[in-house]
Amino acid sequence: MASNAAAAPAPVGRAAPLAGRALGRGLVAGYLTLIVLIPLAALTWRSLEHGKGSFWDAVSQPEAVAALKLTVVASLVVAAINAVVGTAIAWVLVRDSFVGKGVVNSVIDLPFALPTIVAGLVLLTLYGPDSPLGINIAFTRTAIVFALLFVTLPFVVRAVQPVLLELDREMEEAAESLGARPLAVFRRIVFPNLLPAILSGVALAFARAIGEFGSLVLISGNLPYKTEVSSVYIFGRIQSQDPGAAAAMSVVLLLISLAILLLIGAFRHWRVKHAR
Amino acid sequence: MLARYALRFGVLGYLAFLLLVPVGMIFYRTFEHGFWPAWHAVTTPAARHALWLTILIAAITVACNTVFGVALAHWLVRGRSRGRGLVNAIIDLPLALSPVVVGLSLVFLYGTGGWFGGLADHGIKILFALPAMVLATIFVTIPFVVREVVPVLREIGTEQEQAAETLGASGFQVFRRVTLPAIRWGVAYGVVLTLARAIGEFGAVSVVSGRIEGQTQTMTLFVSAQYENFDYVGAYAAAVVLALIAFAAVVVMKVFRPKEGAGY
Repeated sequence: MASNAAAAPAPVGRAAPLAGRALGRGLVAGYLTLIVLIPLAALTWRSLEHGKGSFWDAVSQPEAVAALKLTVVASLVVAAINAVVGTAIAWVLVRDSFVGKGVVNSVIDLPFALPTIVAGLVLLTLYGPDSPLGINIAFTRTAIVFALLFVTLPFVVRAVQPVLLELDREMEEAAESLGARPLAVFRRIVFPNLLPAILSGVALAFARAIGEFGSLVLISGNLPYKTEVSSVYIFGRIQSQDPGAAAAMSVVLLLISLAILLLIGAFRHWRVKHAR
Repeated sequence: MLARYALRFGVLGYLAFLLLVPVGMIFYRTFEHGFWPAWHAVTTPAARHALWLTILIAAITVACNTVFGVALAHWLVRGRSRGRGLVNAIIDLPLALSPVVVGLSLVFLYGTGGWFGGLADHGIKILFALPAMVLATIFVTIPFVVREVVPVLREIGTEQEQAAETLGASGFQVFRRVTLPAIRWGVAYGVVLTLARAIGEFGAVSVVSGRIEGQTQTMTLFVSAQYENFDYVGAYAAAVVLALIAFAAVVVMKVFRPKEGAGY
């Protein structure tokens, strides 16, 4: 009852705040329109300027198709690794205790705060041609997966961590006392509760990986058909004065982003329902 | 017990080889030949200008996105008009969209033949200048303040605001004396995220800036330009400056972090 009352604020029956509110609403809508919507509309318009035919021609160029395929496959691999490793990291940060855990917990945020170009450079110093470990993966697809794992590290961890913290231990203890093994407890009790959080973290990581640019420009070598991802392909098309191809591929990436956001919205809805 | 140790060391090993050792390596490479070569590399006129430009862009971005972010959050939580679902989706879009696409959109809008391309003919230079770099950075950092303030606003409810209104406070007074103090930590966390992301922005700025040394080169663009020109000491030293800023951001994030989730 109390939450219902809070959700529906009583109307305020005065004219001045209402006018202020309308003005505020207009400003806010104008800001979003000017910053986000008009530029994206201009992009979409440009991509269709010469008709649908030329849009398809641009998207179905072999180099564009190869770049998109590589981007999607690498992002899927990275999403899958993140689902497992991200959940494991969150588990260790919540359920394990050891000296320096607080530092490790903070380190998870580093990929978010570190500029992507620095992330790429940093990986290149350890896994590039001058590697002190003797591991040189520069200009390979492995390097792309590494860089993407670096920049997407926080997403699953930070999605799962709060859910794991709030999870009621009683259910697990009950299962254990009834003789369930640790793995069975995790699979049948913990995992179903974490799943919505894991999925929304994975979706965010996937979206981020699809559009990633800064960490890949230095380490991937940008070899067409081999290590050129979509965002780097777009950048190359802009540099070589081929705006049509750049616009078409950009619209494809925009559509993928929108689709992932819809998916995340659905997960969030599921999580809220799950929580009840 | 064994499984627990295996998991712990597996996780720590993963973090070490993906994050810590590479980041440590760049510090080693920077100061390999002593402190002064690195210092001189980041105090050249081009490097100093890049740092100044980065700070300027980040400051404008934070100011705009804090004011409008709080307003947007307020509208999303307290407003009753339709279209909030759509606005929510627009706010999340920069999290999922490639920064290169953001930059290209601005090029099409403000470039020759674009809808706003005529501004350049009137002497208002947007593309390949500061305005476009600011617009691009604002675009990619829109979500952070909003996303931090929305849950806090939802949690504090409207009872105190209504009490203040009943006692005769004006709308602005209510916001300044009741709402703002209640959401200040959420705003602070959002500002730190915005700042970190704005300083580190590369892809979008790379497309719209024209990357002219000493003019439209930010710190991240400086790193990539020096690397491409084989000035490795310059690239590593500038990267270390950015990494130190990132460390500071992580420490401040730890202080301001809301109890649930990271929020980004």
